Amino acid sequence: MSEQSMTVQRSSVARQQAQVSTFAAFRATLRRDLLIALKRRNDLLNPLMFFLIVVSLFPLGVSSDPNELTRIAAGTVWVSALLASMLSLDNLFRADYEDGSLEQLLLSPQPLYFMVLAKNISHWLISGLPVVLLSPLLAYMLYLPADAYWTLLFTLLLGTPVLSLFGSIGVALTVGLGSRGLILAVIVLPLTMPVLIIGAKAVADVSLGLPLGMHYALLGAILAMSLSLAPLASAAALKISVN
Amino acid sequence: MSASAVAIPATDHDAFRQPLLQASALFCERDERVLFSSLNFTLFPGEVMQVQGSNGSGKTTLLRILCGLNSSYEGEIFWLGEDIDDDREAFLASLLYIGHRVGVNKILTARENLRWSCALHAPVTDTDIDNAMARVGLLGYADVPCRNMSAGQQQRVSLARLLLSPAKLWVLDEPFTTLDIQGVKVLETLLAEHAEKGGAVLVTTHHKLDVPCELRRLNLDDRK
Repeated sequence: MSEQSMTVQRSSVARQQAQVSTFAAFRATLRRDLLIALKRRNDLLNPLMFFLIVVSLFPLGVSSDPNELTRIAAGTVWVSALLASMLSLDNLFRADYEDGSLEQLLLSPQPLYFMVLAKNISHWLISGLPVVLLSPLLAYMLYLPADAYWTLLFTLLLGTPVLSLFGSIGVALTVGLGSRGLILAVIVLPLTMPVLIIGAKAVADVSLGLPLGMHYALLGAILAMSLSLAPLASAAALKISVN
Repeated sequence: MSASAVAIPATDHDAFRQPLLQASALFCERDERVLFSSLNFTLFPGEVMQVQGSNGSGKTTLLRILCGLNSSYEGEIFWLGEDIDDDREAFLASLLYIGHRVGVNKILTARENLRWSCALHAPVTDTDIDNAMARVGLLGYADVPCRNMSAGQQQRVSLARLLLSPAKLWVLDEPFTTLDIQGVKVLETLLAEHAEKGGAVLVTTHHKLDVPCELRRLNLDDRK
């Protein structure tokens, strides 16, 4: 009798689970994080302002000579985008860790991969996408040749999600630490180096009239890899952090 | 401390019920201090179990271990007779945990908070949320940002999840701390209702629980 009742209980649990689609939880998480960002305008504006300020420091600090600026334009925009993304990384899990929402997320019967992915996507939409959209304006400011605008935009579009995804691993690992200091940068920056190198190189190469297929292919491959693996790593790191 | 010690003498009809949660020979050590060892207990449907112990006796740690949030322990935990790690999704689908940090985001409104935390398990409608809010004494507060609420009210927002969740097992860590007398009454009623429906509750509190249902006590102080 007990075995029978166990089977009944189990199948009812399974049914319940089936009703709750993972997609609904994914959407709810994405929506929640975007809502929080919209309500805290700082989250939305800070990375963008930071990006703008850092880029505009270069003409002041390095040189205002158009030729000089053209040479460093691609690298400058890419490095600034990387730093802007680093700046906002802490928003990803910190508040949730402090108010206990992270525990709720970890105790959800949904696959944690999708929950983390939802949070990463929302982080990119808030901090990455605005930077991508603003980049042509800054490229203009740095005398980037007009034919490189689209390359810059596309490489940033492929590269900035990787920054969010890799960054998420670092935040997940350090979210439980009291004083983090530079440790987040030490973990995340080396991971993002390939993206930075390839992205900046692509923009530089387009001015030289070199083919770009390989750069796009590499960035695309890195994006595909990080989309499939980084949330798993973040999820595992989060489990360790709340332990 | 003998390994076969059972927290509370089993009642006659236990043999006919399927235990929900079973812990066997749990051992946990922190900073070279044993929190508890050879801890065995069984939780049946319809039971409320109060975990007691002095400050630092490991109440919160025990609850987190049982939920799978803390994995630094020895021993085994079974949900419906199966190890909780074997079928984690089934276990999590039946579990509702409210910790010290209640999981209420201060920027969002109560409704937005509940909508999300419920969607992680089973999506709820706005009417459900309104009813639950009314039940926990927060009628009209659904669209107020939680940072404008008192600690007790935020606690009540998290307790509204009890009403919105289909989970069988409630694990509540100090849910009474910030509640006023009336809030305590509401929560005690909720616990009793849940037990009556065949659910089970594990709760830590220093408050003297007054629930009109089977109440068992697990004291961690004599488990060292």
